[in-house]
Amino acid sequence: MSTPANKITHETAHAPEPERYEFREAPIHHFGLDRRDFFKFFGAGIMVFAAANDALALQESGGGTRQNHSDELPKEITAWLHIAEDGKVTAFTGKVEMGQNIRTSLAQSVADELRVPFESVRMVMGDTQLTPFDVGTFGSRTTPTMAPRLRRVASAARDLLLQTAAKEWNIAPEKLVAANATITDPASGRSASYGELAYGKTLAQNLPDADPVTPPSEWTIAGKSLPKVDGRAFVTGRHQYTSDLRLAGLMYGKVLRPPSFGATMTACDITAAQKLPAAVVVHDGEFVAAAAPSENEAEEAIAAIRAQWKETPQPSSSELFSYLKQNVDTSDRGDLTQSGSVQDGLARAAHRVDATYTVAYIAHAPLEPRAAVAEWKDGKLTVWTGTQRPFATRDNLAEAFHLAKENVRVIVPDTGSAYGGKHTPDAALEAARLARAAGRPVKIVWTREEEFTWAYFRPAGVIEIKSGVAADGMLTAWEFHNYNSGAAGIATPYSVANQHIEFHPVRSPLRQGSYRGLAATANHFARESHMDDLAHAVAMDPLDFRLKNISDPRLRDVFQAAAKSFGWPAKKSKPGQGFGIAGGIEKGGNVATCAEISIDDARGTIRVVRVVTAFDCGAVVNPDGLRNQIMGANIMGLGGALFEAMAFDGGRITNARFSRYRVPRFRDVPDMEVVLVDRKDIPSAGAGETPLVGLAPAVGNAIFDATGVRRTALPLAPRA
Amino acid sequence: MAPPIELEINGQKYPVHSDPDTRLLTVLRDELGLTGTKYGCGEGQCGACTVLIGGSPRRSCQVLLGEVVQPVTTIEGLEKNGQLHPVQQAFLDSDAFQCAYCTSGMIISSVALLTQKPNPSPTEIVQFMQGNICRCGTYPRIVDAIQKAAKSMEQQAR
Repeated sequence: MSTPANKITHETAHAPEPERYEFREAPIHHFGLDRRDFFKFFGAGIMVFAAANDALALQESGGGTRQNHSDELPKEITAWLHIAEDGKVTAFTGKVEMGQNIRTSLAQSVADELRVPFESVRMVMGDTQLTPFDVGTFGSRTTPTMAPRLRRVASAARDLLLQTAAKEWNIAPEKLVAANATITDPASGRSASYGELAYGKTLAQNLPDADPVTPPSEWTIAGKSLPKVDGRAFVTGRHQYTSDLRLAGLMYGKVLRPPSFGATMTACDITAAQKLPAAVVVHDGEFVAAAAPSENEAEEAIAAIRAQWKETPQPSSSELFSYLKQNVDTSDRGDLTQSGSVQDGLARAAHRVDATYTVAYIAHAPLEPRAAVAEWKDGKLTVWTGTQRPFATRDNLAEAFHLAKENVRVIVPDTGSAYGGKHTPDAALEAARLARAAGRPVKIVWTREEEFTWAYFRPAGVIEIKSGVAADGMLTAWEFHNYNSGAAGIATPYSVANQHIEFHPVRSPLRQGSYRGLAATANHFARESHMDDLAHAVAMDPLDFRLKNISDPRLRDVFQAAAKSFGWPAKKSKPGQGFGIAGGIEKGGNVATCAEISIDDARGTIRVVRVVTAFDCGAVVNPDGLRNQIMGANIMGLGGALFEAMAFDGGRITNARFSRYRVPRFRDVPDMEVVLVDRKDIPSAGAGETPLVGLAPAVGNAIFDATGVRRTALPLAPRA
Repeated sequence: MAPPIELEINGQKYPVHSDPDTRLLTVLRDELGLTGTKYGCGEGQCGACTVLIGGSPRRSCQVLLGEVVQPVTTIEGLEKNGQLHPVQQAFLDSDAFQCAYCTSGMIISSVALLTQKPNPSPTEIVQFMQGNICRCGTYPRIVDAIQKAAKSMEQQAR
């Protein structure tokens, strides 16, 4: 067995730290099956389990080995792997696939570490009965935490196979080689496939403390641009999303929604609806819903319900930013970082800049709306739903229906995207409640209008910055206040001794929550727009100004890489042209973005013409998949940068449809270039979110370059 | 009960029992189980539900069952004898999706485009596909895929 010389360490001892606005959840310490059950379920073979805090557990138990063969499973299993008698490998994780391509990238890591062909690995994901507990798929945590965990599991499995062969052949395991799903003794030429070695056995082991994991420089399957594993199922329409599931006897559910946010029900008459022969109507507190054999009949039943509501005054989007400033939640202390004295720093500054920035609420608008199918059988509940948090959804269901967790199973079919928008169990609860009343499986698929209204939004916010810069271009003071939009990416990556950075929670007028990139988009927009103003204050090139104040070498590298590919500084060749640059560090990724825009003087229309993004997220697992994510993040980011904003009035969303809420389309796409800085010496970070954060400020800075006018509100061009 | 309406879908005749004023999308998905065609918005704005009716691209959420007189092609009808349509193959080759929920509609719209215009320019592609939303933002790859498909269809036609 080869031990890599330049082993890199991954974080395994730390559970992912959910950010503010990621919904928090304590890990459970329970796993229902024992080892014999597992083998009964999956057949004979070889299994390896990983516990969440191996290193930690080892310390706490006084350094004893966890490599035991007892029938007890370790508590808090986070990943495991099964090698069947036919050599097929199945890896299990509670993470879910919703377009980030982790079904492929995780399989690559497993195949790579186990030394098997990529095609022989199957991932079972996001099923609370089959996969180990996982806090949820968010925060760009899959690649930095789950991939190394699965690698350690695969490495342990490989070790077990080597030991098994060594024992059978009566030879030292160090003399054997594992490659291409086969253990070989190079001296004798004797070999056995993994399937042959697994045949007739039920071998299991827990993960040893520190298995060597193959370093990126020696990866053979990871690091390659492999296509999406089940791509064919998607291009043929065969893949079944939650909303496509058709169970025998399925009914379709609809929920009666209040007329406005904050409305309370004062009366409800369901008798007319109940008279419809096919419908099942539920009136349970303020939950009023109907299920019927067809969607049309369910809609008819809802239309027949007579409900009365008491509406309450609600703030509108036109007064949003003053509302946020006036409604700081003083019961929550927020987050504060402070060093030096901002006052002293400002006193020493040659130039001072004060500015206020705002960001609107925006919608995730996943193309597959929230959906769930629920089925009750013998007192047990199974729910298929597109959620980022299958285990939390299971717990919510168990609590709502007074069930033991063991009696609830949540399954997440690969989902039609989420972007942070599918954390809550709404559709699952609705479908389960209706299915219990109907005694038949019920499917709920939210309409687009429901999705735009009753989901939750990326938090809106107000950001105030006061800063000072010395005549030589060094920052002297940085005071940054974020109201409501969140603390992600709030720390400045620039060196400044005197700083005060504070997040102020606010009683949000709209339901708000997680979103791709979270507040890092708002905080980068404000910070990088402001840095641009400071550069102009000291008459420096915006790139030079940033480089002068950056101490982080990786951030410096991506700025220089983006600038080089873009041709920064660029010369204007036509009227209305402008160039902007911006960047930052978030969730372990380093991003720099250059943008070119053009403004049609007559109509004021702004078009993003060209974007170059340089990105460093450590060792790249799948370059093509990563490019796809970076381009996608930029295109999605264009919407929030230029024109997306929720409009609301009197507790109603007034643009709850695609014809009124503009999202980026084909025509909005600029020429795009992605520069990957592949750092094989640095553990991989996640990449689904961070590439997005440089786009809005780069575009804003380009608009300033073209017009000399600073736009301080996202979206930058709401009527574009 | 009214007699069933007969629909020709993907070369096969189906008796349909839904009301004539049911949306075609609902008929395809809920009555006939052809769930490859997706619901995205219900107002003809996103293109996820696109099917071909008599060869023309139509938003099936905007078409009522009773209005359908010509044969319908859905995403399920493109693969022939285990052989992917060149557009499907090109989407695979270009990895032109992420969550892939828009993919059926994108592919059907692309087939319609290439039928009308076998060799479209990037500008023509963008123009034609403007009504299809990919929220994951894979648009550049979809443009690539359509160009690839155009080439391979041209070669097949020779």
